[in-house]
Amino acid sequence: MARRVTLRLGFEGELRDVVVTIPDDEPAPWQWGEKFSVVGVATPRLDGPLKATGRAPYTCDIQLPGMLYGAILRSPYPHARVRSVDLGAARRLAGVRAALERSGATIRFAGQEVAAVAAVSPEIARDALRLIKVEYAPMPFVVAMDEASRPDAPDVFESGGNVGSPHLNEIGNVAAGFETAAASVDAVYTTPVQTHVSLETHGAVASWNGDELTVWCSTQGIFGVRDDLAVHFSLPPENVRVITAYLGGGFGSKFGAGHEVIFAAELARMARAPVKLMLSRAEEHVATGNRPSSRQHVRIGAARDGALTALELEQHGSGGIGGGSGSAAPYLSLYRCPNLRTSEHNVNINAGPASPMRAPGWPQGCFALELAIDELARKLNLDRLEMRRRNNPSPVRALEFELGARAFRWEERARAPKARGPMRRGVGVASAVWHGIGASGPQAQCVAFRDGRVAVRIGTQDVGTGTRTIIAMVAAEELGLPLSSVIAEIGDTRYLFSLPSGGSMTAPSTTPAVRQAAAHLKGKLMRLAAPALGAEPEDLVISDGVVRVRAEPNRAMQFADLCRRISGDSLAADGEHVPNYGGYSMTQAGCQFAGVEVDIETGIVRVVDFVAVHDAGAIVDPLTARSQVNGGIIMGVGFALFEDRRLDPQTGLMVNPTMDDYKLPGVLDTPEIRAYFVEVANGITNTGVLGLGEAVHVAAAAAIGCAVADAIGAPVRDLPLTPDRVLAALGRV
Amino acid sequence: MSRRPRDRDIIEKIAVPADSAADGGGSTLSRRSFLKGAGAAAAAASLLGVSPAEADVSAPNPPLAGSAERLGPGPAAFNLRINGAARTVAAEPRVTLLGVLRDHLGLTGTKLVCDRGACGACTVHLDGAPVASCMMLAVDARGHEITTIEGLGAPDRMNALQNAFVSNDALQCGFCTPGITMALSAALGANPNPSPEEIKRAIAGNICRCGTYPHVIEAALAAAKAARGRA
Ligand code: FES
Ligand code: FES
Repeated sequence: MARRVTLRLGFEGELRDVVVTIPDDEPAPWQWGEKFSVVGVATPRLDGPLKATGRAPYTCDIQLPGMLYGAILRSPYPHARVRSVDLGAARRLAGVRAALERSGATIRFAGQEVAAVAAVSPEIARDALRLIKVEYAPMPFVVAMDEASRPDAPDVFESGGNVGSPHLNEIGNVAAGFETAAASVDAVYTTPVQTHVSLETHGAVASWNGDELTVWCSTQGIFGVRDDLAVHFSLPPENVRVITAYLGGGFGSKFGAGHEVIFAAELARMARAPVKLMLSRAEEHVATGNRPSSRQHVRIGAARDGALTALELEQHGSGGIGGGSGSAAPYLSLYRCPNLRTSEHNVNINAGPASPMRAPGWPQGCFALELAIDELARKLNLDRLEMRRRNNPSPVRALEFELGARAFRWEERARAPKARGPMRRGVGVASAVWHGIGASGPQAQCVAFRDGRVAVRIGTQDVGTGTRTIIAMVAAEELGLPLSSVIAEIGDTRYLFSLPSGGSMTAPSTTPAVRQAAAHLKGKLMRLAAPALGAEPEDLVISDGVVRVRAEPNRAMQFADLCRRISGDSLAADGEHVPNYGGYSMTQAGCQFAGVEVDIETGIVRVVDFVAVHDAGAIVDPLTARSQVNGGIIMGVGFALFEDRRLDPQTGLMVNPTMDDYKLPGVLDTPEIRAYFVEVANGITNTGVLGLGEAVHVAAAAAIGCAVADAIGAPVRDLPLTPDRVLAALGRV
Repeated sequence: MSRRPRDRDIIEKIAVPADSAADGGGSTLSRRSFLKGAGAAAAAASLLGVSPAEADVSAPNPPLAGSAERLGPGPAAFNLRINGAARTVAAEPRVTLLGVLRDHLGLTGTKLVCDRGACGACTVHLDGAPVASCMMLAVDARGHEITTIEGLGAPDRMNALQNAFVSNDALQCGFCTPGITMALSAALGANPNPSPEEIKRAIAGNICRCGTYPHVIEAALAAAKAARGRA
């Protein structure tokens, strides 16, 4: 049965009543201005002590008795047929316990898997790889996107043609829109391939017990890995258990059972011993995914008052042999434009496949679009923030612009003199959209034990965002308990199903399921308490660990005493994420302001400060939420200034598969960051929590790009904004 | 490039004191001292619960004429002092200090990330100074006092810096955290009253992909303040 409830939705100054229909067993959704005792309080993450003392067991830390070490042999050729693989000498090496080859595969990128071994030490496993004899028949290859687009380029796949058919979007009439434009910009922007560089590489520890397989895996989705393994080994899913207690980063690259996971399980079965197979840093760069490149030809026009009249994108991008390089999404939703056309082409090259990376397609698209808007605003002699306000479709972002501009002192800084000796100062602003609204699927269980503690169990994983902490906070809030009474147990397929941790789905998808489970448990506990307190269950409330009769607060019982009345060992209840109610808003708006300093003698860019304003729905833990904002912006600094996967056109090899030649932002590259949240009651679920991980990343590189153009008076249209490009834009080289 | 001193910092970090081989602390290993060591190893093994396989070493190769030490290529037994205790390991001489800590001794708090001195995740203290344990052979750590993250504190008795890391949320996925903590604790030991700029210098060689740097700086300042308050 369903019931209708009225929710007060929106944000400060723009609230309205909306009626939504929810199932009967769904707890009443948290309301605008709800008073909480645990939720919303800055809370150190629960697993902090384990992480800070080196005791948190990541996949790479798992050690089992008799465990072997696996290693993978990879092709040095970017395109080849494997004629033969001779594992004999490797197998004969003392200490080697198993070896396998990947049969029948055509190599399409340098670094593709050819064979694997397991040995008693990582050193011997590497020795064994050197003893494997492989005969390759090299074939012509192409690793540069423009070259791959030519008609005479070598084909990456037999099916021929490296350029995929375009993916089109069209609204209105673009040609007519340009005719009415008072000014327009026509320019090409490019972004490089970025790799995830999770500090913990991909890998797994696999252990068989008869036909039961247990795999500790560095993954963002334990159930996906379980299902892939079950299919691969023709096992029922319940025979496969996947555990991810702690994960050293993923950023979108760790879904499903990759070759390394399958190999670990295969080798373990052959050797009849557990096998750990963790990739090296170079393998991680080359073979585990990346953010595809982009070449974006943008045409944009606006009327004299700044209102956009036409916007056109012709985009090419390469995700190696993987695809998925589109970057049109921001063009379709960031600003209002009546005449819009986007065309996305994926180009295959002989390079490792792309995989989702923190807001796939968005940082690329935002960079080009926002820089183009700045170029247009300059032509129209309009303030760049004003230009964005005129075309902004979101009332939430209108408020965010106002708050951000005040915090950043935009009016003053946008007009301040640029020069100070050889240094030039600039500011930029960019918009963000995300849709971290979650999805149905997750189920959670809450268990009360006789000792008064409560466990919340759910088969999700904490990728570093603080999932473990916020689900415990939500359960504690619902049950009226201090956080210290609640234990969160996650990262094991023995718990109820949850979704993979990607697409900013984890917080919005798990918290409603956890809250429902806690509410159901509370209902059972109230029925247990009612006779003892001589009241009806619905007349009871719990807060601060005490159960009371609502009308007579002195008739009370400690939660711990109540738990002693549990017969048997524990009392459990389940909950699920019911389909989103629809509510008020299904997107989340944000904006970011960046200040930079450019040395025009060296071309070096320094990002000085950032102001970020975001809608994250109800914030469960402001402390970990701030960490996410910092992380999203700092990763944007890397994308804007440093990161660039380079392939050698002569050999097809990655020339910088390290962490020194592939440059990542360090503490000295980190700006001062101020984060603000606009609380929006969205009426989507019973918690109204949104995901934040991607919302805070999409605009960061764009804001930096805009600020650099402002500082030096010329756009640098190619990422990363390296000194040579800055000097070239200045006409100095 | 002045803006990226990381590589240079790392090189300074991994530079082992030049006189370490001559300090008589067992850094040079003759056949005799090796055998002595092996005897101690067996004793230590039973005390420390090291598995017999770990301590069971095949006879070493005879030394080359004129050479003071000949190790390997097979496993050699040697002693290390780690977190105040003597540990005996049997490892091939090519195994890094990081490899011995993680794979031989189960001290997995120290992380392997870049394997070439570029990220700081494997930072441990060698006689109190931070070094990249991926860039050092375990046998070269003989005679030195090694401290790992496990030696700094435990979850129920964290030191001031670790406490500050937790309360300031200076960790997200937490994979860089042991290395950053080791780098900072050495820096705070040498300079109890650091400026934010000095804190940044101390961790300029540590990479955090989750981007926790702002909270790390806050944590370090808070820990330094707390320590001064106690002093
Ligand atoms: S510095 Fe040793 S693992 Fe990166
Ligand atoms: S917390 Fe994830 S790498 Fe630093």
